[in-house]
Amino acid sequence: MFDDFFIRALIAGIGVAFVTGPLGCFVVWRRLSYFGDTLAHSALLGVTMALAFEINIAISIFIISSVIAIILVKLEKNTNLPGDALLGLLAHSALAVGLVVIGFLSFIRFDIMGLLFGDILAVNVDDLIIIWGGGAIILIVLKIIWKPLFASTVNYELAEAEGLNPDRAKAIFTILMAAIIAISIKIVGLLLITGMLIIPTAMARNISDTPKKMVIFSICGGLLSVIMGLFSSLQFNTPSGPSIIAAALLLFVISLFKIKQTIQLKN
Amino acid sequence: MTIENNVLVKLTEVGLKQRNKWLVKGVSLIVERGKIVTLIGPNGSGKSTTAKIAIGLHKNIEGNVEKFTDKIGYVPQKISIDWTLPLKVSDFMVLTDELDEEKINEALKLTGADHLKNQNLGNLSGGEFQRVLLARAVSKKPDLLVLDEPVQGVDFTGEIALYKLIKEIADKLNCGILLISHDLHTVMTATDHVICLNGHVCCSGTPKDVAMNNEYKLLFGEQASQTLSIYEHKHDHVHSNDGDIKKN
Repeated sequence: MFDDFFIRALIAGIGVAFVTGPLGCFVVWRRLSYFGDTLAHSALLGVTMALAFEINIAISIFIISSVIAIILVKLEKNTNLPGDALLGLLAHSALAVGLVVIGFLSFIRFDIMGLLFGDILAVNVDDLIIIWGGGAIILIVLKIIWKPLFASTVNYELAEAEGLNPDRAKAIFTILMAAIIAISIKIVGLLLITGMLIIPTAMARNISDTPKKMVIFSICGGLLSVIMGLFSSLQFNTPSGPSIIAAALLLFVISLFKIKQTIQLKN
Repeated sequence: MTIENNVLVKLTEVGLKQRNKWLVKGVSLIVERGKIVTLIGPNGSGKSTTAKIAIGLHKNIEGNVEKFTDKIGYVPQKISIDWTLPLKVSDFMVLTDELDEEKINEALKLTGADHLKNQNLGNLSGGEFQRVLLARAVSKKPDLLVLDEPVQGVDFTGEIALYKLIKEIADKLNCGILLISHDLHTVMTATDHVICLNGHVCCSGTPKDVAMNNEYKLLFGEQASQTLSIYEHKHDHVHSNDGDIKKN
């Protein structure tokens, strides 16, 4: 059954949605959406590195994104620039350098659209192994650091004072972000990965009143978006990434009606 | 870690310098089991900073902090919770520690917040939130409680009751309490040891010693030293809820 490209894409997308759900919640709670963007933009550089040195794309993206994250932390400590300016600096520099390097690699045939917006045709069995294997590792690690990460998301000082280790949890979470970007780039494309992280989560926020529910609804929203998006991508011959994100947007709009109801009930 | 002589945390000549300015300098204090140590002082005198140094929230400090316990309950002065996070009181109670249902109920009941259990944290008033914070800090039966103005925003009757409760908790759990307070009245009645801060230790000792101290009078005005005498008279009876007056 893995022979069919569409089945492969579907399995890959479902794998990605299981991971982006819980990670996306932390991205929204910790206000990291622009940080996600920066890592995603740097992924282009990772892809070019992979092509230039003929190594696995996911591993190369993971390494480059992690390096960018470390540079960000260093810059935050050693400059007086605000966080968003640094993120913008790194995001666009990494994108620009990536595109320049692609220019030098003119001998390689290269589908830049697929890279930016996802390409369901390109998913092969190796990708499935990386997505499900990597995804499982990400979820297990997230489960382990959940308590300190969540507590410090609510209040850093409480978590630190009462013996949890928020700094370590934050560092590990940053690595998990790099990892999810690395494994999901083929499905959603690098320009839209952050959308996959935050739009289903934003939808979930509208319909949940506890963190647990928000994680579950976020996963459900991601799964639905992937399934709806991929089928419509097949039907209308649209790129897979934008179709998935558009489906997620549709779910978000529907969820707005629910929040309207709750607000009316309150009044 | 061993607990020697009931000492829970010991600060020796600690100080913190930020942007070339000393926030606090040369503060020494000891919190022991079953004792309440209170920090008083004007705004910006380094009370919260000292408390944070005691629980290890500040790095790069001068001096020496010895902690003999990891079981700490903390009520910070300011806490901002991001409302993008849907959080109920019952979820908040188990934030840093696993607790069973019974213990959660018990702690909430203790601080008069049991009716708030299923409320969303974002819907609480300042005083209600303060009660929940206090409940959360005591629920895990800590060795050391660090309370940074724990009753801010609580109504007047609630305030007195909560201070009384804090004293009871110190006795019952046999824990040490490091308390920061603006309310001189309560400080003078419920405390074993008072440290008056103003960037440095201005004076310290038993409530009585401090009230008589000239530097204290300079800092808080002549009236402040009278709070003690007013209170000592009231100390021989308590008012129960039904209006009875009981002798102590």
